[in-house]
Order: sequence, then structure tokens, then C-alpha cells
Amino acid sequence: MTRIIVVTSGKGGVGKTTTSAAFAAGLASAGRRTAVIDFDVGLRSLDLIMGCERRVVYDFINVINGEAALKQALIKDKRIPGLFILPASQTRDKDALTTEGVERVLDELSEEFDYIICDSPAGIERGAYLAMYFADEAIVVTNPEVSSVRDSDRVLGLLASKTRRAERGEPSVRERLLVTRYAPSRVGKGEMLSVEDVQEILAIELLGVIPESTTVLNASNSGMPVILEARSDAGQAYQDAVARFLGEEREHRFLTEKKGLFGRLFGGSSA
Amino acid sequence: MASQIIPESRAATFDLKGRMVTLTVLRLSSTDIETLVRQLDERMAAAPDLLRALPLVLDPQPVATELSASRLAALLVELRRRALVPIALRGAGEDLERLATETGLGILRQLADSPEPQRYDGSAPPAEVSSVPGRIVQQPVRSGQQIYARGGDLVVLSSVSPGAELLADGNIHVYGALRGRALAGVQGNTEARIFCQSLNAELIAIAGHYQVSEQIGEADRGRQVQIFLQGDSLYVAPLG
Repeated sequence: MTRIIVVTSGKGGVGKTTTSAAFAAGLASAGRRTAVIDFDVGLRSLDLIMGCERRVVYDFINVINGEAALKQALIKDKRIPGLFILPASQTRDKDALTTEGVERVLDELSEEFDYIICDSPAGIERGAYLAMYFADEAIVVTNPEVSSVRDSDRVLGLLASKTRRAERGEPSVRERLLVTRYAPSRVGKGEMLSVEDVQEILAIELLGVIPESTTVLNASNSGMPVILEARSDAGQAYQDAVARFLGEEREHRFLTEKKGLFGRLFGGSSA
Repeated sequence: MASQIIPESRAATFDLKGRMVTLTVLRLSSTDIETLVRQLDERMAAAPDLLRALPLVLDPQPVATELSASRLAALLVELRRRALVPIALRGAGEDLERLATETGLGILRQLADSPEPQRYDGSAPPAEVSSVPGRIVQQPVRSGQQIYARGGDLVVLSSVSPGAELLADGNIHVYGALRGRALAGVQGNTEARIFCQSLNAELIAIAGHYQVSEQIGEADRGRQVQIFLQGDSLYVAPLG
């Protein structure tokens, strides 16, 4: 049974595409056939983050308009078997997305894939609406700051009312929280909300906390899903989050400040 | 009223069902339609969406003897122009029958006011009391959501986020944290109150009298409180 996952946030720049790429790569590495779709028509970026921008021929909108077959538009990842990317069109805008068209593409993908990840654009307009409309699960990406939390809260309201599951009165979309760009030292100084603060406001299950890391930026620039950077904190945090997503119990790491060399020598275990 | 389905050989294309509803009554205390319309506009300016497409029952009883059908017709035009939907007149009597026939409205003879609270003395079974069930919300109320309990109380069992808005004609109860807006007695009920477990509201209002977050005292923040109106002032008082 295919599961459709929307990666969403409301606010822009919080790490939706990074998370979509990481989860797609993580699920595929775990042997699940996974397709990831860029819903950010007109401002596509998933192809860059996944490092397949030079192989884009057809895109999501071409498939919706019947100008290309789905198989022609899907880009096979070169690193991980069973991982495919459906890029957005850069020359069109969100109005090119139609409910029927999106449904048709998702139905066709469902015949072949275990997971379909919908990388939502920022905002709550057409692109974001259609990215979440058919979802079974939602990963809500939030930065630990008030405006991001408020936007996520708004998106949670829409997930509960504006999705197909909500409209049909089916079991609601499973919502889980991923806090990204988390800097424990700044939380300590009161410059950032703590994970507890964020969770108290949003009141949904915590899937993971991704620490602020330069690795994320470097990985994005080199077109490498950060989850494949197995030695970095951020990569490991994403691996944990994917494992939890697949039902494994893992303790949350990276919630406290990293200890220095002395701390590590004398303070016992440290991440 | 019982539902009625007419037996027929073919499948029924409709059925008739009785429903108990709460209606808003516009009680006329003057035949001066111009003033009435002006005052109505002021009220609507404060909350334009609340009254939009609202079915209205007119109660001309206090002025029924002086009210001419043409005056009433003029009022109906003004109401409809403001997207209100007058459906019937309330009351009984010759004057009313005349007005109803000439303006094409229905008549609701038995529509009573909410009964005065009665004391039960133990001898006779308590009289049937009509009450409007409150609206109960289990889920968190998220930023951008607006929930309106028309005609009654609103009970929220979860928390109310910043940017969310609760409206009720009656009281508002919030059993999670109240971080959004809460407006009780929005149709002008000055007796309405707001009860909450943890006050962190952006705005609280009763019958149009409001306070924004800034005006709420630090001492009351995060506490169990009730908010009520006395005269023209809102009071925040600890519960328990």
C-alpha cells in the first residue's frame, strides 16, 4: 500500500526540500521504492539538492498536461536504487497544477512505489494546497522560532480541514514534527525556542530534531542529500528520523550542547 | 415536529424534516426605520461576517399597531440589501396577520423567548426548558482557524493557538491554553463570560468590549481565570 507523504511548513527556507531529499534518500536506502515530487512549480530546487539538475528533460507539469509520459519525466537517482525524482517546471507557475492532474500522477506512481514524497512549496496557496491534498502523512518542518511555529500551526489547521482525508471524513492525516536548524547553545541563551516550547504549541508527535550544521549547506551545494553524509550530526539526525518514521524506536540526540574535548573526555558519552 | 415521508410507488424525491433551530430575532422598538437602519449598520460594521446571510425573525409586537406595511416593506428592502434574510414575523394578532400577508413573510406564533430560570419546588415535574446545546471542539484550534458557536456556548477541550479566533453568542470555555482570540457574547450578550485554564490570549472580548494582550495584566497571564463584563469594563478574575 503506497503512502503519500507531504513535507510542509508554511514558512519558506526552513528546510522542506532538504528534508524531502533526505527522507527520499533514507527511505530508498532502507529498501523502499520512493518517488519524490517537487511541487514548487516556478521555483524548483529539489533537482539541485538531489544533484540531478543536469538530467531534467520533462517535468511534473509536462506529465500533468499529457505532454510527456510519467516514465519519461522521472529521473532515476544514480546513487540509490529505487529512488526517483519528479522535478517541477521552472517556466510555469502554480496555476498549471490541477487537482485532477496531480491525482492522476499520484495514482500512476502508486502502482509502482512504496512511498511518494510531496515536497511542498512555502505558503498556503495552490501549490502547497495540492501538495498536501492527497497526503496520508505529513512531516511538518519547523525552525525553533516563533514565526515558523505559527506558520506550521496554520498548516496543521489546513491538514485537518483541507485534505482529501478530511473532506471524506477518513482517518486524519498522520502529522509529525521535524524541528530543523536547532542550535542547543542558542536555546540555552534564550535566543531560540526549545524543542519543548515548539512541541507545546504544536502538540504533535516529534519525529526528529536536526541540529544546525554547515554540512547541510555544503551538501545542498554539492547536490548530495545530507542524510548520505553519515559522519555529520545532521546526517545522523536525519537517519534517526527516517528510522523513527519506519517505526523504529530511537532516542533523540543533538538536543544538548556538544561538549568540547574536555567535556568529551570527562563527561562520558557525547554525540 | 416529526419527520414525514410521503409513501409513494416511486422513490421519494424529497422528505420533510423538522429541526429545532436557534433564530436571531430583530425586535423593533420604534417605527423610525432610518434610525434603525443606521444603528444596524454600526452594529454590522463591527462584525460584518457574523450577520451575513443570517435568517432573521422580526418581532414588531411593541410597535405593531403603528407600523404600516409599507414601512415594514421598506425595512425588509434595507435588510436584504445588507445580505440579511428576513424569514418571518413573530407574534400574533390582527395587525401582525395584516403585515405578514402584505409583505409575504411567515408568522411564528409560538416562538418564545428563552424562558426565565425557574425554581423546581419538587411537586411537579420541571417544565421543559429549551436550551441551545453548546458547541464542543476536541481538536486544537490552529492559527487561522475561526470557530463560531452561534446561539450558544463554545467549549474547546484543547488549546487555541496564536492567530486562531473563537466566537460565541454565549460563553467560551477553553480547557487547553488560550493563546488566540476569544470573543464571547458577540451578538451583544453582556452576561457572557470567558473561562480558561491558561490565559495567554491575543485578545479577549465580551459583547464588543475588548482588551488586547498588552492590556492584560502580567499577574493574570498563564493562570486559570474567568473574564466578565461589569458596566463597560472587562474584569479578569482568578478561578477557584
